[in-house]
Amino acid sequence: MGGSPVGDGTLSLDGFNASATALVKRWKEIEVDDSLPDWTWKPCSNLGVPSQVEGYLALEGVYRDCGGSQIEEEDSSDGADVGYDTWVQSSSDNIHVYDFHVVYSHSYKVPVLYFQGHRSDGQLLTTDEIKQDLPSNSLKVLSESKWTFITREEHPHLSRPWFTLHPCATGDWMKLLLEESKVAYEEQSPRYLPAWLSVVGQAVGLKIPLELHCKS
Amino acid sequence: MAAAHEEAAAWSEEAARRVWGGAVPLQVHLHDADVTALPPPPPFLTLGPRIGYLPLLIPVIKAHFSNALPPGVDTVWFEYKGLPLKWYVPIGVLFDLLCADPERPWNLIVHFRGYPSEILSPCEGEDSVKWSYMNSLKEATFIITGNSKSVMNMSQADQVALWQSVTKGNLDGYKNISTRLKLGPFEEDGLVQTASTERQQSSDEPESPGPGRPCRVPVRFYVRGVQEDLEDIEDAMPVSDWESVSYINRPFEIRKVEGRSYITLGHALQTLLPEFFSSDPQNAEELGSAGGGSDTTNSSRSSQEAEPASASLREATKQAKVKLVRVQGIELDMDIPFLWVANNLKNPEYYLHICVYVSTRKQ
Repeated sequence: MGGSPVGDGTLSLDGFNASATALVKRWKEIEVDDSLPDWTWKPCSNLGVPSQVEGYLALEGVYRDCGGSQIEEEDSSDGADVGYDTWVQSSSDNIHVYDFHVVYSHSYKVPVLYFQGHRSDGQLLTTDEIKQDLPSNSLKVLSESKWTFITREEHPHLSRPWFTLHPCATGDWMKLLLEESKVAYEEQSPRYLPAWLSVVGQAVGLKIPLELHCKS
Repeated sequence: MAAAHEEAAAWSEEAARRVWGGAVPLQVHLHDADVTALPPPPPFLTLGPRIGYLPLLIPVIKAHFSNALPPGVDTVWFEYKGLPLKWYVPIGVLFDLLCADPERPWNLIVHFRGYPSEILSPCEGEDSVKWSYMNSLKEATFIITGNSKSVMNMSQADQVALWQSVTKGNLDGYKNISTRLKLGPFEEDGLVQTASTERQQSSDEPESPGPGRPCRVPVRFYVRGVQEDLEDIEDAMPVSDWESVSYINRPFEIRKVEGRSYITLGHALQTLLPEFFSSDPQNAEELGSAGGGSDTTNSSRSSQEAEPASASLREATKQAKVKLVRVQGIELDMDIPFLWVANNLKNPEYYLHICVYVSTRKQ
């Protein structure tokens, strides 16, 4: 396993694991919106043998009301303390529940986001239904580049199709992001995932509390 | 020395011809529920290129069954013994993985309705397959060179021509374009001839990795469990769901080690799948004997380099034992040089696909 320098926008497996542990811990410390559950670490397993070093991050059960509260969500983007409790009043048909997984790609040496949504009755959301929940910016990109932005591909550890954000340019923009934020070289590894999440979260409408980026 | 190189090149040429020429005889049956004609149509016999993909066969299969199909929109997928087949896995790999005892012809069922969208990612015919191929090629390129630029910068015409050469099995046409990507071959000194190493010589960009950068080989593993008490691999229970196959998409990193002549396939597997290829002498011996005898230098080398197995790994190893390793339909000797395998038995997206059968104890 190469301890690849974070300076090129990539992350080693050890760096990913360290950053994941830091994220799980930090998420619990800060004030996170009630609608967001905790991140958990799921170990991978090969033929039932759980791996000691490899796993992925999961944020499961993120509720989103797709029947009209979209506008309110847009308005509240500047304050993390605005509640999203309006979904309780809506009809259950309109509630979409999302699972987000962050998986390490050994090929690209970066984290990759996988997500899927289902209705309250457990029925998986179709591509069209997911599109309704995406921020307008992402919809625009999606219509321009069908094959390279959000696609449905096999989840590397669950062997089932999930939606994913294509990772091939992640290293490039992460390099810029980490340079921009002037994060000290030795601190880049734990700060990698919060910085990365701030970008990919925006693409799929997952709001990441600003506090996550502040030093504890 | 030049003669040796020429001979090696001739061997590589021959290996590539055989990989590209390899095909699985398929007997495709129309799923009962999709049959609307009496008597039901006879099965369709065709050759599935090992490096090809099932959806590319849909036009000829559909033509054969056209009179028996129900009206409406087709969503075509294939099944083997109840398992929906992943369309983005090359046909040869599916065959090696799912047919413990190579069944010829391979009996598949084609469905034109009821796409299992919870199990298979959506497929929109050849476009999806091409996209999936280009994506894999891009990923392999990133692994080998540290970026995907040579693929991203390909002209549209070259991309189309490259894809056409793969679908038509045209090795010469493929080589014309793929050699320009400068993705190898991997050299035994652990270095690889790539576009980025050339660029390094002309400019010294700060981010370009130094000459000591390890060589990374794109590898995809499909690890399948079989019964522990299995005596004949032919008696393996069919794969009933994809959850029982471990898919591991992980490059193999080669670092130059002083005094090491070459890395064997056995050593590479041990590094990549420590859960199944233990470094403990007993298992190594079994592997060695299965692969046709191992020399002493080989085993002492691997015991020095392998990470000490933790207690739980040791426990896991007791439960798992490698029964069979198959690449391009060949059961490989564990002592074969790994880079020879990577250079000569890879698929046209530069990935080496390795099927591993592991016996597991039911817990």
